[in-house]
Amino acid sequence: MNDMSMNTKTQVWIEICRLEDIPPQGARVIRATLGCVALFRTASDKVFALEDRCPHKGGPLSQGIVHENGVTCPLHNWVIDLETGVAKAPDEGRARTFPVQVRDGRVLIDRALLA
Amino acid sequence: MSQTTPKKLVVIGNGMAPGRVLDHLFEKAPGAYQVTIFNAEPRVNYDRIMLSPVLSGEKAYEDIIIHDDAWYETHGVTLHKGKKILEIDRADRKVVADDGTVAEYDKLLIATGSSPFVIPVPGKDLAGVVTYRDLDDVDAMLAAAKSGGHAVVIGGGLLGLEAAYGLKRQGMDVTVLHLMPTLMERQLDPSAGYLLEKALADRDIRIITRANTKEITGRDGKVAGVVLEDGTKLPADIVVMAVGIRPSAQLADDAGLEVGRGILVDDHLRTSDPDILAVGECVEHRGQCYGLVAPLYDMAKVIAANLAGDEAQEYTGSVTATKLKVTGIDLYSAGDFAEADDREEIVLRDAAGGVYKRLVLKDNKIIGAVLYGDTADGAWFFDMLKKGTDISDLRDTLIFGQAYAGGSPLDPTAAVAALPDDAEICGCNGVCKGTIVQAITEKGLTGVDGVRAHTKASGSCGTCTGLVEQLLKVTLGDAFQPDAVQPMCGCTDLGHDDVRRLIVAQELKSIPAVVQELNWKTSCGCAKCRPALNYYLLATWPGEYVDDKQSRFINERVHANIQKDGTYSVVPRMWGGITTPDELRAIADVADKFKIPTVKVTGGQRIDLLGVKKEDLPAVWADLNAAGMVSGHAYGKSLRTVKTCVGTDWCRFGTQDSTGLGIKLERFMWGSWTPHKVKLGVSGCPRNCAEATCKDIGVVCVDSGYEIHFAGAAGMHVKGTELLCTVATEAEVLEYIGALTQLYREQGRYLERIYKWADRVGLDVAREQVVENADRRKELNARFVYSQKFMQNDPWAERAQGKDAEEFTSFRLAHLGKVA
Ligand SMILES: Cc1cc2nc3c(=O)[nH]c(=O)nc-3n(C[C@H](O)[C@H](O)[C@H](O)COP(=O)(O)OP(=O)(O)OC[C@H]3O[C@@H](n4cnc5c(N)ncnc54)[C@H](O)[C@@H]3O)c2cc1C
Ligand code: SF4
Ligand code: SF4
Ligand code: FES
Repeated sequence: MNDMSMNTKTQVWIEICRLEDIPPQGARVIRATLGCVALFRTASDKVFALEDRCPHKGGPLSQGIVHENGVTCPLHNWVIDLETGVAKAPDEGRARTFPVQVRDGRVLIDRALLA
Repeated sequence: MSQTTPKKLVVIGNGMAPGRVLDHLFEKAPGAYQVTIFNAEPRVNYDRIMLSPVLSGEKAYEDIIIHDDAWYETHGVTLHKGKKILEIDRADRKVVADDGTVAEYDKLLIATGSSPFVIPVPGKDLAGVVTYRDLDDVDAMLAAAKSGGHAVVIGGGLLGLEAAYGLKRQGMDVTVLHLMPTLMERQLDPSAGYLLEKALADRDIRIITRANTKEITGRDGKVAGVVLEDGTKLPADIVVMAVGIRPSAQLADDAGLEVGRGILVDDHLRTSDPDILAVGECVEHRGQCYGLVAPLYDMAKVIAANLAGDEAQEYTGSVTATKLKVTGIDLYSAGDFAEADDREEIVLRDAAGGVYKRLVLKDNKIIGAVLYGDTADGAWFFDMLKKGTDISDLRDTLIFGQAYAGGSPLDPTAAVAALPDDAEICGCNGVCKGTIVQAITEKGLTGVDGVRAHTKASGSCGTCTGLVEQLLKVTLGDAFQPDAVQPMCGCTDLGHDDVRRLIVAQELKSIPAVVQELNWKTSCGCAKCRPALNYYLLATWPGEYVDDKQSRFINERVHANIQKDGTYSVVPRMWGGITTPDELRAIADVADKFKIPTVKVTGGQRIDLLGVKKEDLPAVWADLNAAGMVSGHAYGKSLRTVKTCVGTDWCRFGTQDSTGLGIKLERFMWGSWTPHKVKLGVSGCPRNCAEATCKDIGVVCVDSGYEIHFAGAAGMHVKGTELLCTVATEAEVLEYIGALTQLYREQGRYLERIYKWADRVGLDVAREQVVENADRRKELNARFVYSQKFMQNDPWAERAQGKDAEEFTSFRLAHLGKVA
């Protein structure tokens, strides 16, 4: 139901930072009302936004090592897929993901999801 | 005494062939001979075929020694290094060396090898024109390569190409001149030669075929260039002649022995004088002279048996196969593949994959094989070639190799399992499958190292290591633990040691370079290999490599320990565990100011401030820096703490100033990155209040000086240290510990503690290199000291001043809001 309403509502994209503000293979954190969101940038300059909480014991994913399209949690080395938020088997769990886009070198997220 | 006195065996030449003869002889008939060896080269017996890896930097001379000085001593062998025999006096049964040394013999073994051929062009005697035969040649090439410049290699055969590759690796600009249209034309057909030429061109080695050298030009007696018949001029700072070899038979000829191209021998390897035997490249047997080791090793077995009194064994000749030892180029050739009317061939080409295979058949038997790009089936083809197996039934699928020969693809171990017992696995050492399997079962071997030690298989050029592993797998099933080949992580098949070796050899200086050149399976590595690579690069290229902070675990990236709730803890350095009221006040102030919830004393005598918010870290460090404190590296794979007792300053038992020494050690070693954490302890007397004997490195002061201990642990495993040695002065303590740490830095695998490293390589390695060999110790320590020049910067100060500022700040949504 959420998905449906989202499609009908116009999304409001807000600029968070420039692409170069996030180190390649690194992350920056957005403090939002609902909690922290981690913005990841991969080696190939793809950007992903995930809830900054590991599904295992809440580790700050933004502090992990970014490799390919995944991040290794700094607390107990779970590997989380940046695209889907899903933990790599045999671990089970999922971190929330948020829509994000890069336009003209600017990183944009949907304000509705953070407000 | 009832024993007969040993007979006198004199050996001329100390190359690979006689080395192997003696190995067999001492095993079969220990004590039967009193052996004396003369070697024109001033050194012990080493693996000549490994000179190419030494030249390219993939091995060191020490790695290729076959018999070290201790071996000669153990077997009572007199070795005259650097003495060349000038005369064989058959009448008096003695030999005379160039310095006048004389030795009498009952049996004489000539093993003078061969001499490189030098083409008689003008300029051949200029300084800088070298051949490629022994370690001196390699040293000359390495010396020339130091200053860069141009190298011209004359000869595009096996040796020439290996020399070219080595010189290229050493940073020279390399051109190979080859007279024939095809490289290695004696082993390759034009197609394989073309692929090889392309692969070398990809490595930036210039190849000129049909190149006829006219003259070598010089300046001030030194080589300056090469001129070809067609007028082409090439600049050259060094010219390597690798155009062929000829058996060294002059000495035998002068002594009146029968000589053809080489010294003529019969099937017992006897020359025309029955008391004089000959072995190796210097002989001619049934019209053949050989230039590879496998035949000499076959000869060695027979000679040793004969010398031991077993006359039944005979040498009947060898068929040889060739492999090129250039990293990344797979090339195998065996037998005869000249075209003729009575021959057929089967060819497989995969242009995109860079694979080319060709089998030459005669009367339904394989008589020649050339494999390029995929050489896995070399042993299988070679086996059928040697045995003259009729391949009619296999013909349709033969070229696809053994895996397909049964009709359906089998797994690679099945292919090895199907090999007959007498199939040769290691060509260099002539070891067949049966011997290896027997050694594995009888000696209970579980890894490649063991097989290497007991059978010598895969011990020389190493290209058969994969086959040996498969044999272990086949023989042991699940019990096989591929210890020696545990890959670093899922991104590569290479183990830690290989990766480190290749980083040095190929001068790889960044993570992307490693990932690219060593064929990583992922685009840029993973969380397991990247921190390891970052460390290896940092340790290998001090002052040059730029640290990759994204490849560091968070603790090292932000120089603080991450805790379970995502906050951090910081530990200021307290040199040797000493602090002052001012420092304590500053710590207390920081704790108040930043509302740090916990202040704890650690097991290593330092103070830990726990629960600091990440964004507060730079300010906390600034305050601690202001009070004169720097980071304690309590978070790193690096030197952590040096724990001390109070020693002579206060203690009634103290024999030395343990606190002072602890401080000196910590000041000397702080900041150094290591494969894993390193903790030290210094105790003032054997009561050992600093618990120095369960540390990575410990010092226990005694009346006469300092006991240095190492390889202890008090983590998940508790382990007492081992004694390294006792020294007399503090200066020695620093030098020995610097050297030991550097050895660990260079050999330890990432995340391997000192005790595990010592366990793996053996405690003696540390003792030999750090204690017994003073030169080596000084070298190691010098490298440690050099790398410390770049390491002793306080990471806190840098960050308090703004380095990596973005790491510590986040975006607050309230401040954002520009609508796109
Ligand atoms: C760079 C290089 C790479 C090679 N790669 C391979 C390979 O990959 N595979 C392979 O199978 N083979 C290879 N070979 C060939 C292999 O090394 C030789 O076949 C083998 O070493 C020959 O052994 P030998 O004992 O007959 O002679 P050598 O090992 O040449 O030993 C001869 C020794 O005799 C000494 N000597 C000579 N005359 C006298 C004298 N009058 N008095 C005292 N001492 C004397 C010489 O100084 C020398 O040390 C390579 C050779 C070289 C040079
Ligand atoms: S180790 Fe010896 S010198 Fe040090 S405090 Fe203990 S008793 Fe004293
Ligand atoms: S022993 Fe070390 S790792 Fe374990 S809980 Fe204590 S501090 Fe943490
Ligand atoms: S909290 Fe992320 S792996 Fe445990």
